[in-house]
Amino acid sequence: MQDPEPSYPGARAPDREFRVDAAGVGIAVYEWGEADAPPVLLAHGGFDFARTFDVFAALLAEAGWRAVSWDHRGHGLSDHTELYSWDADLRDLLEVVDARIPAPCPAIGHSKGGGLLMQFIHALPHRFTKFVAIDGMPSKRPHPDVAEHERTRLLGKEISAWLDHRRRAAELVRKPGTPEELAKRRKRMNPRLSDEWLLYLARVGARRDPDGWRWRIDPALRFGGFGPWRAEWSLQRLPGFPVPLLGLLGTEREPMDWGTTRASVEPYLPAGAELHVVEGTGHFIHIEQPHHVAKRVLEFLAS
Amino acid sequence: MKHTLRHSRVELALHEFVSGPGRPLLLLHGLGEHSPTAAPAELADWPGGVFALDFTGHGDSTVPRGGGYTAEILMGDVDAALGFLGEATLVGRGLGAYVGLLAAGGRPEQVRGLIVRDGPGLVGGGGGAISPHIARVDASGPVPPDPFALVELSRDLRPRDYAASFARQATQLSGLQRPITVCALERPEWLTALAEEIGVEDRPLADALRDYATLD
Repeated sequence: MQDPEPSYPGARAPDREFRVDAAGVGIAVYEWGEADAPPVLLAHGGFDFARTFDVFAALLAEAGWRAVSWDHRGHGLSDHTELYSWDADLRDLLEVVDARIPAPCPAIGHSKGGGLLMQFIHALPHRFTKFVAIDGMPSKRPHPDVAEHERTRLLGKEISAWLDHRRRAAELVRKPGTPEELAKRRKRMNPRLSDEWLLYLARVGARRDPDGWRWRIDPALRFGGFGPWRAEWSLQRLPGFPVPLLGLLGTEREPMDWGTTRASVEPYLPAGAELHVVEGTGHFIHIEQPHHVAKRVLEFLAS
Repeated sequence: MKHTLRHSRVELALHEFVSGPGRPLLLLHGLGEHSPTAAPAELADWPGGVFALDFTGHGDSTVPRGGGYTAEILMGDVDAALGFLGEATLVGRGLGAYVGLLAAGGRPEQVRGLIVRDGPGLVGGGGGAISPHIARVDASGPVPPDPFALVELSRDLRPRDYAASFARQATQLSGLQRPITVCALERPEWLTALAEEIGVEDRPLADALRDYATLD
């Protein structure tokens, strides 16, 4: 027996779902709005999924847009794969854009989705008209004030923990629970969301297994990490961003936020860029305040 | 003899050329290559076993769908081999040399010496920011090697200070005086930075092998 479709005030399931083949990796694509409406591309954050846009995208659709989003590989209904990387995500995105968006369009990205889109738009500016970054703009985080040998030790611990995770990755499974338990776990990241909204997100973001519900995110993925890439490279590139930009920032510091503040990013903004701070919100601004964010974004898209 | 190891969802081929007690030598091939079919003659005096690993997407190891390669992921391949072997001295060619450096820093207690040698993929994608672009991959060629690996691992970034940080970890945490030996003519940015670090020495292959063979 199929579980009934969950409901939440203002939330709307996508009007269409597709599957795009990205070199053998199945990518789940969603659209809200009329099929012939002008497209706007939405990118979710890391460890999230496209249907977290069920309220925000519905508002864009009601305003006459065709909101197009996709689950990153390993997230939501897209395939779990052997390898994950930033470049692979960019290539998957290119397949989605090629398949569903034939003409230049605006794009909106949250967190990792914002970072991906910034790089994507830098690489292919002719395919975009405007960009909204929802806590997805780079920040130059200061190095911790520790001695060099201590920094070496800390990095060594981080790499060792990552390698330990890789050794176990094939056997890892997500912890099952009821939708209410999954919602409670997510509340740690989204402390200001109502239980009803969190329960809805759990129902559309998790799958029912024989022993309970599980978030669909691939357990082989891991928060944090290390690598050669530097956030300041994106920051230094920001003044030359090729399309009009609106940045949205929250005010409440949370574990997943990028640490970007008005003061830290403003000196790097291109001429004409807009910055909007949504008081009392954290990293997931569009999930906490979808109506407020949609209103501001629609104004920007119409300007 | 071939052993099959697991690294997440990838099956890795670990070839055993020489069996025996004593610390094994683990060979890491270059970009687009695969393990040799026998132990190279120049390593004949090594007193322990001699093994060679096929990286993900190369040789007899799994070719994954849709790419996603990084040098750090291949460090996980080496770590899977270290999980099997216990500890090892690494001899890396080209890409394998860079991945060996990451492994030497990431698992300093288990990597008992790294020898860096010339070979395909030694240079990588440079040491700093590059103009954003999206590399389309022509997947119509022969596989293996995985064409995604050839594209992605020839453009992975290798900043000087990033490479140096792995050398420092190897030096600081391995307890070895000379954990890394450079036996390479080509000097990309990362290798120049590496060669300036304490604990990294230029010396002939035979000297390095003799030194590492006698470690406790």
